[in-house]
Amino acid sequence: MFKFLNPSYVFHLTGKILNFVKIFILPISIIGIIFALFVSPRDYIQGESVRIMYVHVPSAWISLLCFASISFLCILNFLFKIKSASLIYKSLAPIGLVFNFIAIFTGSLWGKPTWGTWWVWDARLTSMLVLMFFYIIFILSYKFIKDDSKALKICTSISVLGLINLIIIKYSVHWWSTLHQQPSINLSGETTVHYSMLIPLSIMLCAFLLYSALIFLMKYRIETIRVKRKRLKKL
Amino acid sequence: MLNNKTKNRLTIFVAISILTIIAIVFIFKTLEDNVLYFYSPSEISKTDEINLNNKIRIGGMVKEGSVKTSEDEIKFIVTDFKKEIIVSFQGTVPALFAEGKGVVAEGKLKDKKFFVAKRILAKHDENYMPPEIKKNLNKNAK
Repeated sequence: MFKFLNPSYVFHLTGKILNFVKIFILPISIIGIIFALFVSPRDYIQGESVRIMYVHVPSAWISLLCFASISFLCILNFLFKIKSASLIYKSLAPIGLVFNFIAIFTGSLWGKPTWGTWWVWDARLTSMLVLMFFYIIFILSYKFIKDDSKALKICTSISVLGLINLIIIKYSVHWWSTLHQQPSINLSGETTVHYSMLIPLSIMLCAFLLYSALIFLMKYRIETIRVKRKRLKKL
Repeated sequence: MLNNKTKNRLTIFVAISILTIIAIVFIFKTLEDNVLYFYSPSEISKTDEINLNNKIRIGGMVKEGSVKTSEDEIKFIVTDFKKEIIVSFQGTVPALFAEGKGVVAEGKLKDKKFFVAKRILAKHDENYMPPEIKKNLNKNAK
């Protein structure tokens, strides 16, 4: 149990996991792209633009997942002073931001041919944009505020607000009338995506998750090295 | 188990979180109308105080068989299966605009039954399926 708290053991372990991820990421991405672009059928009404969904939906999910884990770890760090959690959320934040941007960007590419507009200020789209601002403030505050405890306080308050925003994003399409459609994939209840489109979607989700894991592990190792160097300098 | 400092932090954290949640709930309750992206025809017929000069959005389904195109104008009925509003629009509609599909119209109300749109957006529903499956579904329905 205690060896998981030992940084050098964790460093060794992440290196091993990183090798596994490296083996799987390329084949799964290639299979995903082949399925998404060639094997999967057109949609009965959107036509070919349905293929944007295979990028849009996984990246939106990952950005939400990233923010949830970041907030959880940041609050944990604030309450119980678990310093090593900061390494994890510092490595996760840029990934979440990038995927959030991809979700908004591909969403607007999809919106033009289907809705007839790039952007509208409905509840779902606006709350997603707010999440992006939260990501940016979060990253800026731990990067540029020199005083660590002050930075942690600001990060924690952003985490709390962001968690509330996550709930708003999730339920925005149920609570209010929005241009964005209701969720098609429901864990409890009916899924309204045909299985021939669910297969490429799940493969692409795997590929995106592996990519995030790859970037996360590399970033985490770099952060660990950085912390170790800082301590060496102090000695 | 927890030391005093942690306990203090926990109390402050929980208190601030609860206060923030309450504040946000109140803000959204007050802003309810502004958060709604569009009104349904039933909501329009219920409320008395709709300003005819304000730009608003209405949304619902395009009623089957109601789309009439003339030279420079397209007219259709937006319905939520309870109330209906006639919409007139000059310009091009998005490619996904069709009878029996969702639509959002932006413009001004002439009266409670008539709406002059400046912009039309097509609303896509949550169904994704290949064309062949849709054909089979239609066949089975008949």
